[in-house]
Amino acid sequence: MSPIVLYTIISLSATGIAAAIILFVIAQRFKVIEDPRIDMVEEILPGANCGGCGFAGCRNFAEACVSIRDLTRLYCPPGGNETMQEVASALGKEAAEKDPLVAVVRCSGSFAHRERTNNYDGAASCAIASSLYSGDTGCQYGCLGHGDCVRVCEFDAIHMNPETDLPVVTDDKCTACNACVIACPKDIIELRKKNKRDRKIFVSCINQDKGGIAKKSCSVACTGCGKCEKVCPHDAITIENFLAYIDPIKCKLCRKCAPECPTNAILEINFPPRKERVAEIEPEKGAETAVEPIASDKTGAEPKSE
Amino acid sequence: MFKTFRPGGIHPSENKLTAGSKIRGLPIPGQVSIPMNQHIGASPKILVEKGDMVKVGQLIAQEEGFISANIHSSVSGKVLKVDAVVDMSGYKRKAITIKVEGDEWLEEIDTSTELVKEISLERHEIVRKINESGIVGMGGATFPSHVKLMLPRGKKAEYLIVNGAECEPYITCDHRLMLEDPESIIEGIKVVMKALGVKKTIIGIEDNKPDAIKILKKLLSKQKKISVGTLKSKYPQGAEKQLIYALTSRVVPSGGLPMDIGVVVLNVGTISSIANIFKTGLPVTERIVTVTGNGVNNPNNLLVRLGTSFEDCVNACDGLKDNVEKIISGGPMMGVAQSNLQATINEGTTAILVLDKKEAKVVHPENCIRCGSCIYACPIGLMPLSIAATADKGDFDLAEKLGAKDCIECGICTYICPSRRSLVQSIRLAKSILNKRRI
Repeated sequence: MSPIVLYTIISLSATGIAAAIILFVIAQRFKVIEDPRIDMVEEILPGANCGGCGFAGCRNFAEACVSIRDLTRLYCPPGGNETMQEVASALGKEAAEKDPLVAVVRCSGSFAHRERTNNYDGAASCAIASSLYSGDTGCQYGCLGHGDCVRVCEFDAIHMNPETDLPVVTDDKCTACNACVIACPKDIIELRKKNKRDRKIFVSCINQDKGGIAKKSCSVACTGCGKCEKVCPHDAITIENFLAYIDPIKCKLCRKCAPECPTNAILEINFPPRKERVAEIEPEKGAETAVEPIASDKTGAEPKSE
Repeated sequence: MFKTFRPGGIHPSENKLTAGSKIRGLPIPGQVSIPMNQHIGASPKILVEKGDMVKVGQLIAQEEGFISANIHSSVSGKVLKVDAVVDMSGYKRKAITIKVEGDEWLEEIDTSTELVKEISLERHEIVRKINESGIVGMGGATFPSHVKLMLPRGKKAEYLIVNGAECEPYITCDHRLMLEDPESIIEGIKVVMKALGVKKTIIGIEDNKPDAIKILKKLLSKQKKISVGTLKSKYPQGAEKQLIYALTSRVVPSGGLPMDIGVVVLNVGTISSIANIFKTGLPVTERIVTVTGNGVNNPNNLLVRLGTSFEDCVNACDGLKDNVEKIISGGPMMGVAQSNLQATINEGTTAILVLDKKEAKVVHPENCIRCGSCIYACPIGLMPLSIAATADKGDFDLAEKLGAKDCIECGICTYICPSRRSLVQSIRLAKSILNKRRI
């Protein structure tokens, strides 16, 4: 072996060993001690980085879970109770049990129901459109239909229905991360309690105009007549600013309110057809005057079929 | 060379259809609704109730907070309702609707037309009177004028600049005012100069109004303190910062006010209204509105009572043509498109512009080709394409770094864009979100 090769091997090895020692010393000296539980919690989380928990991403949420003493204030909407229980048991803390939520679009004003009064030719964004004017129909509260909610959804759970120009939520995919609720400049989308078999009853309108004006601008607007409030046996319905609101916590899904509504503004979705239901329960006065179930044709919302 | 600003600016076709038509008084309409949000700042407190009788000039809403303004009745009659009514923004907002009965004026108002030659009031008395009268900027920005006149302690105004540039196409209300009532402008200037204690006033007028320049120069030939500055016809010459730069070569710092560099800018319409207060004691009850565009049968300059509906104004100009495509409150560059004629005239409504199908071509945005036209044209020296792109993506922090807050929303970028992108709309969105954040 020629001496040049020998010297090369020796010098390179010496450099390598010296560098390894320096690296080791520095790594020990400046070691960042991180709680291994953070990685563990992050593994459990869905990893969507949707921001529904209020933190920038899943890593931040995991850090918060580990550092906070009381886990009941934190909640991962996409993961739901299951994930939170898993996190809680891994950390030996108590997690809060929350009702699962789902996003609900509170506007049924398709152009069949709302007369178009003008044409908008500006930027196709709800946020921009709402800063410029009140909408292309007489209703200043209704959906603008440019799909800001669709663009922000990380879970592919909300789509525009091309027939009605209204957004439709796919209940199975919706994780209640709140992104669409924030994106909607008209505050149409609400997170409501997810009931068994995705059943829901809600007032599909947020028009706060007086009855006559609301009715004139949209044929399926809530006029605030108060019929539903009177018929509700659970005190779940309140009327404020000529607008009925069904409290999702108090509502027992008895369906007495929906047929009362003169404008069909109350939607009942994913219920069996009304006739069977009427046979099951005690017939009530007035309640069974069969109003067509309006779920599928009004909103196009048939989440189960997808 | 005429004075102008740098950088950017464009010269859209002027289309001043009504430059030659005299201001015509509109008969008092049957009903007015006076919007409560007609100025920048806090909404005033409403003083009247349904069923009350009011007279012309009566205070119907009182200012609340520093940046706010009093609102007076522009007609006499009975208050029909105090309720939300569709206003210029397209939304329903609080307004006082009055059914007109006769034309009774408050007794203290002097209806003689004599101009007051000497103002004996003290400085703070002048400002207080302007404050009480609820005058706001009548060039369209509707900023309460008394706030501009109340100089903060330690600051001194050197220049009063009177804005008669009227750089927006179509609009001619200030032009006609300068032609038909130049004395009131000069009276107003004297009042404001006394209130501010300034030694020098420049009236800035674009060179496309040579008749107005001539009249004012003739009237001011013996005045040493007041001069007329001829400006190059260029948009946005009438924007506050651009006007100051053109006339004084001073630059308003980013985020600052003209007051910071010792300048106060008022519109000629505002100045004329101020003169009116000291002449008659009458607060602002009417303004000149240009009803124009090819969609109107008979374009005209009208003197209308505040709260008159757009419909009444258009009807006074022989109504709309059949081929109407777009109705805009204000000029074509910065105006607000209307969905109907229900909105009412407020102190900042300079024009009702009715465009026909040919003028209001509906365009569809295409991809940005990075030509940089918007950067060359931007009068602030911003990069509209980048700010709009970041705003569309939702990265408002970056939009702020790129200077979104300095945008004056003149609309040049959208006008000049060969891909017809709605740049200014995106920047406006970023601005409004950034301003909300600050609060």
